[in-house]
Amino acid sequence: MRRMLLMGNEAIALGALRAGVTVAAGYPGTPSSEVLETLVKERRDGVYVEWSVNEKSAMEVGAGAAMSGARVLVTMKQVGLNVASDPLMSLNYVGVKGGMVVMVADDPGPISSQTEQDTRCFGRYAKLAVFDPSTAEEAYVMIADAFACSERIGRPVLFRPTTRVCHSYATVTLMEDRDVPRAEGFSKDGGRWVIFPRLAYANHIKIEETLKSLADEFSDYPGNILSGSGRLGIASGGVSWCYVQEAFRGVGEEHRLLKVSTLPFPVRLGEEFLRGLDEVLVVEELDPVIERELIFLSGVLGLNITVRGKLSGDMPNAGENTPDYVRDAIRKFLGTSGDHAVTSSKSAAEPVPPALPVRPPTLCAGCPHRASFFAVKEAAAGHKAVFSGDIGCYTLGNALPLDMVDTCLCMGAGITVAQGINRVEPDTANFAFIGDSTFFHTGIPGVINAVYNGADIIVAVLDNSTTAMTGGQPHPGTGRSISGAPARRVSVSRVLSAIGVDDIQRVNPFDLPSAKAAVTRALAGRGVRAILFEGECVAVSRKHENRCEVDEKICIGCSVCVKRLGCPALSIREKKAVIDQSSCTGCGLCKYVCPVRAITGGEAA
Amino acid sequence: MTDCLIVGVGGQGTVLTSRLIGIAALKRGFDVRGSETIGMAQRGGSVASHVRIGRDISSPLIPRLGADVILAFELCEAARAVPYLKPDGLMIACDVIVRPAGSSEMFGIDAVSRYLRSSLAHIRLLDGEKIRERCGARGMNVAILGAALSSGSLPLSMEDIEEALDDRFDVARAEANKAALRFGARMIADAGLKSED
Ligand code: SF4
Ligand code: SF4
Repeated sequence: MRRMLLMGNEAIALGALRAGVTVAAGYPGTPSSEVLETLVKERRDGVYVEWSVNEKSAMEVGAGAAMSGARVLVTMKQVGLNVASDPLMSLNYVGVKGGMVVMVADDPGPISSQTEQDTRCFGRYAKLAVFDPSTAEEAYVMIADAFACSERIGRPVLFRPTTRVCHSYATVTLMEDRDVPRAEGFSKDGGRWVIFPRLAYANHIKIEETLKSLADEFSDYPGNILSGSGRLGIASGGVSWCYVQEAFRGVGEEHRLLKVSTLPFPVRLGEEFLRGLDEVLVVEELDPVIERELIFLSGVLGLNITVRGKLSGDMPNAGENTPDYVRDAIRKFLGTSGDHAVTSSKSAAEPVPPALPVRPPTLCAGCPHRASFFAVKEAAAGHKAVFSGDIGCYTLGNALPLDMVDTCLCMGAGITVAQGINRVEPDTANFAFIGDSTFFHTGIPGVINAVYNGADIIVAVLDNSTTAMTGGQPHPGTGRSISGAPARRVSVSRVLSAIGVDDIQRVNPFDLPSAKAAVTRALAGRGVRAILFEGECVAVSRKHENRCEVDEKICIGCSVCVKRLGCPALSIREKKAVIDQSSCTGCGLCKYVCPVRAITGGEAA
Repeated sequence: MTDCLIVGVGGQGTVLTSRLIGIAALKRGFDVRGSETIGMAQRGGSVASHVRIGRDISSPLIPRLGADVILAFELCEAARAVPYLKPDGLMIACDVIVRPAGSSEMFGIDAVSRYLRSSLAHIRLLDGEKIRERCGARGMNVAILGAALSSGSLPLSMEDIEEALDDRFDVARAEANKAALRFGARMIADAGLKSED
């Protein structure tokens, strides 16, 4: 069979196709986005894939399709599940006909997220089975098992990879497609799909029974593995399992190891693991889920076993694991000497590294957001103003020198947070920055709230025609669907005007004087005002024409351009400003700030 | 087995480089495992790609003191990666320094180079300006890959990577990349700096 080099997310997509998925929906979010992108590229006839407007919509589209007997994949990142939790909680009670896998990518670290929440805990709260793969190749196989399990129990299941599974890659051997019967279509089934208290009660009993039998069945699931012998045991799951294996590579020691890949926790296997042990070390990321299960099980079985992990303080309770940390923790636990120990104190003779730059993520050279932030910053100088931000590339506007994001909470929150601040401090100008994709995601209800309740805010929509941070996915405002096909375009300005925003200005952020004038006008008004800053994301448009250059003879080396804009293309070399020609897009913003007009070229005047 | 760490600043092409190595290694019949930095850090943050070639490798991340070869597209990132190189491993680094946006602080090429030379037994510093002149800023990653191939530190030949380039790009871009690949290889060969292992 064919061997391929696949990223975890690609493996999940191909695994889902192999398992007969016919409907897939999701909202982009690192580290989950590549699953749907791969699905749409590799899809066969009769497979429907969409970027939904948000995770709740995706979940509900998926619910309808699964009620109609289709195999459904819904994808999102962990915080997206917060948005989609309402339909998912109830859907478990209602149930599904076709297998439905909800792929939720967790992000230990966090590397690109606002929380370190653990979807396994959500699974327990929502009473859902959870599959937790360790590698790309395991994910490829496991997602088919997840579909089969969901269809068999008639309820959605969670599939929870983490960043180091999603964005790692491995050699994967592709397998024969599974034979999946065609979706039967929707049948009314005498009210089966209508959630009522009485039905919820009856189904709650069934859910508990299912979870109980799964806890037993999962002890025989090939993804849950017990091996080795001895009086010391190590339990692990997810990518940490790989680090545990790495720690034992070439060491030739025998210890009792348990890999847990599912919830409900495989109770029988857990008991087999625990019996005869004195101590256990649990290696996992995010919450101490396996650790709690083992402590609980020891208690139920009346075993006197010390379980070490996050709760005991032996493992860190935040951040991601690394192979080095895990190896050292295992050595310490086993009491073996640190022949490999890396964290041992350095010898005095070792050279000391020079000071190295910290590299916070930065808006690209030529990013339209920089121009928009700069226009607002200039125009609002001297005003008492608060800048509420939102989730997207423009969150990076909080960094110096722009320093234009005072709050950032969750998708769509900027508009409503601004209203709350304004209720307490009515004399401040409250700006709410929101991207176009985020506006459609959860921004619109906040604007309606503002209009209805007579709030006094300025909504600044940073419309770059894409979902940039996650890699440039289309959304309702782009006029393109996930496959690139033309789609009906939903206009931000017409939405705003339809929901009662009367004061709407549209500007090109790179035309700095006009952009500033628009902000000044908005500042003079009252009520809900909107400014649409329309400039394309350069990572998508990839245009690098007409770059700007510094005339060395005119430049006085004052470094004003570097210090005020934070454009990565600008730097000072030998007391003169230089513009890196490989990254400059010629946006022309720096021409406005140069006090001696030393910068030439670029688009704007 | 070979563990190869590729480090740089977001946007320098670490993901592409590791993919080229991975695809070529797969074609050669090796098993490959690895990990990428994808997400926020791609906007100018520190990024690392781990490529592990060989059987029975479980971790997608290379442990410290584990890399046989490190390719560094930026000098400060090279310095950050020092703890990952095996004592007898080889680092190939390009001597450009990318300063964080808006920072006027100087990070001197000399100081960082000195640190690298004093901490590592096997290090090749390549003239970044020269590569940029000949291959453009975007050809830097492939040029350094060429240098690695020519030093013999990867179990792959030039032809293997050239094939991977042909698979991935249209003719014009593939040819431009091959030229960069060969230029990087020559930089090592001309200096007579064949890696000793
Ligand atoms: S990807 Fe686009 S929106 Fe994001 S920082 Fe770069 S130019 Fe700006
Ligand atoms: S024109 Fe100036 S501000 Fe715009 S990308 Fe080029 S250097 Fe940066």
